[in-house]
Amino acid sequence: MSASPAYSEEKGGSSSLGEPEYGHDPASGGIFSSDYKRHDDLKEMLDSNKDSLKLEAMKRIVAMIARGKNASDLFPAVVKNVACKNIEVKKLVYVYLVRYAEEQQDLALLSISTFQRGLKDPNQLIRASALRVLSSIRVPIIVPIMMLAIKEAASDMSPYVRKTAAHAIPKLYSLDSDQKDQLIEVIEKLLADKTTLVAGSVVMAFEEVCPERIDLIHKNYRKLCNLLIDVEEWGQVVIINMLTRYARTQFLSPNQNESLLEENPEKAFYGSDEEDSKDDKPDAASLVKRKPYVMDPDHRLLLRNTKPLLQSRNAAVVMAVAQLYFHLAPKAEVGVIAKALVRLLRSHSEVQWVVLQNVATMSIKRRGMFEPYLKSFYIRSTDPTQIKILKLEVLTNLANETNISTILREFQTYIRSMDKDFVAATIQAIGRCATNIGKVRDTCLNGLVQLLSNRDELVVAESVVVIKKLLQMQPSQHSEIIKHMAKLTDNIQVPMARASILWLIGEYCEHVPKIAPDVLRKMAKSFTSEEDIVKLQVINLAAKLYLTNSKQSKLLTQYVLNLAKYDQNYDIRDRARFIRQLIVPTEKSGALNKYAKKLFLAQKPAPILESSFKDRDHFQLGSLSHLLNAKAVGYQELPDWPDEAPDPSVRNVEEETAFLIESHIGLLGELREVPEWTKCTSREKRKEKVEKPFYSDSEGESGPTESADSEPESVSESESESGSSSSESGSDSGSRGEESGDQSEEEKKKKKKGKEGPRKACLESAGSDPSEEEEEQGKKGKKKKPQHEGKGGSETSWEEGSISESSSSESDSGSEAEESQSEPESKRRTTPPSSKPAPKASRKGTKEISLLDLDDFTPAPPQPASSPAIVSTSLVTDLEGLTLTDASLTPTMLSPVFSTVKTYELLHRMAGEGLSVEYYFNRQPFPPDPHMVAVQIQFSNNTESEVKNLRVSEPKLVSGMRIQEFQEIESLAPGDTANVIMGIDFCDSTQAANFQLCTHSRQFYVSIQPPVGELMAPVFMSENEFKKEQGKLTGMSEITEKLTLPDKCQSDHTIVQRVTAAANVSRVPCGADNEYRFAAKTVTSGSLVLITLEWKEGARAHLTVNSEKMVIGTMLVQDVSQALAQ
Amino acid sequence: MIHSLFLINSSGDIFLEKHWKSVVSRSVCDYFFEAQERATEAENVPPVIPTPHHYLLNVYRHKIFFVAVIQTEVPPLFVIEFLHRVVDTFQDYFGVCSEVVIKDNVVVVYEVLEEMLDNGFPLATESNILKELIKPPTILRTVVNTITGSTNVGDQLPTGQLSVVPWRRTGVKYTNNEAYFDVIEEIDAIIDKSGSTITAEIQGVIDACVKLTGMPDLTLSFMNPRLLDDVSFHPCVRFKRWESERILSFIPPDGNFRLLSYHVSAQNLVAIPVYVKHNISFRDSSSLGRFEITVGPKQTMGKTVEGVMVTSQMPKGVLNMSLTPSQGMHTFDPVTKLLSWDVGKINPQKLPSLKGTMSLQAGTSKPDENPTINLQFKIQQLAISGLKVNRLDMYGEKYKPFKGIKYMTKAGKFQVRT
Repeated sequence: MSASPAYSEEKGGSSSLGEPEYGHDPASGGIFSSDYKRHDDLKEMLDSNKDSLKLEAMKRIVAMIARGKNASDLFPAVVKNVACKNIEVKKLVYVYLVRYAEEQQDLALLSISTFQRGLKDPNQLIRASALRVLSSIRVPIIVPIMMLAIKEAASDMSPYVRKTAAHAIPKLYSLDSDQKDQLIEVIEKLLADKTTLVAGSVVMAFEEVCPERIDLIHKNYRKLCNLLIDVEEWGQVVIINMLTRYARTQFLSPNQNESLLEENPEKAFYGSDEEDSKDDKPDAASLVKRKPYVMDPDHRLLLRNTKPLLQSRNAAVVMAVAQLYFHLAPKAEVGVIAKALVRLLRSHSEVQWVVLQNVATMSIKRRGMFEPYLKSFYIRSTDPTQIKILKLEVLTNLANETNISTILREFQTYIRSMDKDFVAATIQAIGRCATNIGKVRDTCLNGLVQLLSNRDELVVAESVVVIKKLLQMQPSQHSEIIKHMAKLTDNIQVPMARASILWLIGEYCEHVPKIAPDVLRKMAKSFTSEEDIVKLQVINLAAKLYLTNSKQSKLLTQYVLNLAKYDQNYDIRDRARFIRQLIVPTEKSGALNKYAKKLFLAQKPAPILESSFKDRDHFQLGSLSHLLNAKAVGYQELPDWPDEAPDPSVRNVEEETAFLIESHIGLLGELREVPEWTKCTSREKRKEKVEKPFYSDSEGESGPTESADSEPESVSESESESGSSSSESGSDSGSRGEESGDQSEEEKKKKKKGKEGPRKACLESAGSDPSEEEEEQGKKGKKKKPQHEGKGGSETSWEEGSISESSSSESDSGSEAEESQSEPESKRRTTPPSSKPAPKASRKGTKEISLLDLDDFTPAPPQPASSPAIVSTSLVTDLEGLTLTDASLTPTMLSPVFSTVKTYELLHRMAGEGLSVEYYFNRQPFPPDPHMVAVQIQFSNNTESEVKNLRVSEPKLVSGMRIQEFQEIESLAPGDTANVIMGIDFCDSTQAANFQLCTHSRQFYVSIQPPVGELMAPVFMSENEFKKEQGKLTGMSEITEKLTLPDKCQSDHTIVQRVTAAANVSRVPCGADNEYRFAAKTVTSGSLVLITLEWKEGARAHLTVNSEKMVIGTMLVQDVSQALAQ
Repeated sequence: MIHSLFLINSSGDIFLEKHWKSVVSRSVCDYFFEAQERATEAENVPPVIPTPHHYLLNVYRHKIFFVAVIQTEVPPLFVIEFLHRVVDTFQDYFGVCSEVVIKDNVVVVYEVLEEMLDNGFPLATESNILKELIKPPTILRTVVNTITGSTNVGDQLPTGQLSVVPWRRTGVKYTNNEAYFDVIEEIDAIIDKSGSTITAEIQGVIDACVKLTGMPDLTLSFMNPRLLDDVSFHPCVRFKRWESERILSFIPPDGNFRLLSYHVSAQNLVAIPVYVKHNISFRDSSSLGRFEITVGPKQTMGKTVEGVMVTSQMPKGVLNMSLTPSQGMHTFDPVTKLLSWDVGKINPQKLPSLKGTMSLQAGTSKPDENPTINLQFKIQQLAISGLKVNRLDMYGEKYKPFKGIKYMTKAGKFQVRT
């Protein structure tokens, strides 16, 4: 150990201070033992075989690090333990390594191989932590290794590891900025990641490495917007800030029509109604020239998806959304942020401080926004001074003619506060109110003059300064005040105030001709002891008096100037010399002399008292730079809105198109062209028949899904009909915002074929428009048009499209669409069930069933489970033909593909005294109520006698659950069996439905508990749709599990069979070999449930369930994995 | 992002430092000390201090300054919010967050900090997850650890981190399944001299303590959700359900958490439950002043006002006070000039009062301002806004949980100007 004495001294300090925490025996580690020994002791412990000793040693070392003591000489001993098995020791070694590796690079290299091994570990946690440490040790030599590790981790299976990779990117970049290009590639890759876990971290990396590469965001913009709400809070902040900048470069200003107004903030507070009406006229001319502003749907998407985050508990998130709205939202919508910001004022004082700074800036630009919350900015005596002053700033900004009286009354209370800094600030604030609002100027002035007799000098001084500014505005009326102030020179000692008074007297010496020379006399007397700033004003006063009243003040002026000539301060000497030359006429003095009076007594413009927060908003609000009012290192300028919006199609995502084409080729083949001819006729038909979609179009949300969901009806009606509806829903789904441009291109082509003539022209006009949603709108407009005026021209239909833009754009986010799906679903379900499987099934099964089911309560009675297999498969093929013509069809409810039934016992023979009851889920739709799950019940009478009046009674149900009872069975002969079907609405929960089963003599308590897999009904989807829907159901709605497939379960057939046995789902075609997809909708709420099984090499497999209903998802994962593992 | 963190106690010692990037010398704190000196009071230290090469962002809690060092542009609230989260985490781990506790648990603190940030960017801040990574110390565990040599560090990735509900760990088991909700409302008010209300508003929170087995899915509905004007949620609350149905639907985190905080809409007039009668007078010439205050109940909806505490910052000129309370205890600190009177319960029949004289510094003129009176009180079983929970349902699990809801009204920042 070759530590220098200085070193050991430091360590000495550390050991005596750092140890007591560990209850060290004072005898062994006392003050007297030498440091060498103590560190040897640590080394010994580290070298020992016992983990507990190592741990003890590491704990002590970490404690030293925490206290900032040097422990670097232990490096070799510590680094040996990097491969230690004990995880806590390992972690502490990591802590140590990260701290000291930079200083001991050579030795640190010893540990690298351990991390490299760790990177390959099967445990994701170990992989992640290995990468974390490896990237944190800041040793330049290992840059290539880091690069490799990051690249590998970026495509790791575990999102957690990918997140770690994203974190490692900026670390590597700060170590070696030459790697930038390669790192950008990794960032690009990670940006495409669909998990919420990664999103925040990778955007962070993006911001640190390549914030200028805004083009990388295009493709991921919509995904980021849609994921945003599920990203962890810190990631949200970073993403929102980045998207603010992005939006500023990509969209047009939503306030461009009002930009004229913005320049004149005074106007702004007269209320927006007025200004709108006022400005419509002058703007009308420019409006003609300018295209009417239509918000880009992506812009709208951003605003809509960030708004809920105003409700976040995290102040930083709220602030980030607030600044986004302030910088991006149309003026009329910015108001929503005020409430949230005011809420933050309840938080810790540091949060208040930051928020108030931002509110101060905002309140200058948009006063109206915070006016309703005026009282929230009232000051409490317990507020810290810095908060008080900021609140005062806001109050002043908010003052206007209507509220000024209440504000001034508040100010009066503040002036009497004990906190003098605050009082001074209040006086300033009063001055600002007085200058801004002419009405109260006199009141304020009088109030301030009263303050001149205050006992506190600071208050008086501040008042003087403010009064001086106010007087400059209208001096002639206030000679009294000036006289009063002149008297104050005897008492006030604050230099700024004295200087102000002198300046005032000099400036307005005509108004106080008698007093002015007297003041000068007094000041001349005390000249030498004054502060510099006062001296300058004395010279000034002397000069002015000399010019106006030279008779009385000539000698005094000379005297003052002489004093100044020998002053210590060169400024004062210079000034004196200059003034003397200027005012005292001598032979040498030049032409300037004549103008001296003009120079000194020129009219001076009144000062404008304005907020120090004015124009701070050129910094992005909420940023550090804004807070400091200076550009911080690494601040990204918030760009101005572009004049012309860049091409919005860059945000269209191409992969979708790829899938589309693939599915067209792979699955459709020849079918592709078939339905074309059906479209236009069926469309006309549809329009006449269906009024709802049209109506709901204007409602925005329900439009697309309504038409899509009503499809099953049309399927049953006629083939041409169904063709039309699929095309309909195809075009509708385009408005969900995730559609690719090419896809709608496809749409267009089809439509062109379908509808000729003027329509073509209008399509083109729509196509040329920047946003595809508008394009969509254009189409919708067109669809509507014919109803009103036949085939309208392209001009008009376009207009209509743009008008309804704002409402219909509501429907374009993935998540919204998700929700809207369930809504119309329920609407649909209330319509009489002419649903498609029913008539078909009835063809086959009517006879049988009518025997059993005597009642006629359903148009299509349920059928036993044995028959439907054939029906449904044929149906599937039917549907396949229909749906595949258009890939973007919304999921269609299907009858089940599969049925090996598992029966459950409802009532055992013994318990039922001879009556045994079994039930199973027949997986048929329950026609009387599509929200119900059909349960087939089989009674068998094993008694000697007849069982009569079998019926259900007294259901005891959890709220929301409903039962559709089966028709009473009049009698059941001995040895006979009977089948009935009852419907139960389980409300998408696995809670049991309890009810009583009654016979003529007995009653039995029974309960039916559905396996989660029975709570859903299969839907058919194309691969493409599936991917799309899955994309919307990420984050919280995604549940993944790893499992191992047993040997006997490794064929396609068994897998499909087992999954479909476990849950009532239908298989979705899939391009990949070892991937299986299934889809279903929950029966009650109609939420999608998507199952993906990925078969990795060997027996490993990944099971993913995407569903809005997390509980169902979680349980389903369990059930399915169990079924597979059997 | 966050470069380093220094913890500084009130006497100016840096007692813990943690660096997430290269080491920043602790001399950077000198700028902080300068600012602290200028500010005179701890609460007036500006939260953001620019220095030539770094920016220091700090929060002050539990008499400790948490100073974060950053080098580049970062949203200041991001850092401040994070620092507060650190304090909350410490509190959660150790019960209290104080210098002594942090020093005692320095290794755990260090490990927790290590997990919370990676390269200065927050990694795991959810305390449920952290507790799985680094187990909080308990006496039992310390004993067990020393015997068995097991550790505080979890060896598995917290399931929550990857699951759909990142705030909840899986495999939670309780023998008694209970869910308690506390609706706590605070009245912020400024009452003027004459007793009229200048501003009053109600802020509320619902704090929950949920100890339920498995993955329960709860819904909480209100009788009068319209009262809630502005709300902010724990991330577990499904926003859309709230938007459409005004129902709180959530899978709760395990243990204690704040479900919701809200603001009651401004239209509703706030019932002020107490009034203060005061007569505080200084006379210019004499060195004695009169002091008299009485506290009484106003609109309490028949409930008792308890835990009443009156504090007031007296002007500098007051040297001492000789007062007699009709009930409770009072103290006056002649150094800080802080008068506090612990009143306790208000008995409407016999209103508590505090009377007496103040001795003023001789020769000085009377203070400009009368002191403001700060009031604290509590009313049990009452939510002053009238908010009522309608029902609490649980889905997804089969057992019957024990449910409890408690209401309470408290004074927030309640000031009476005199």
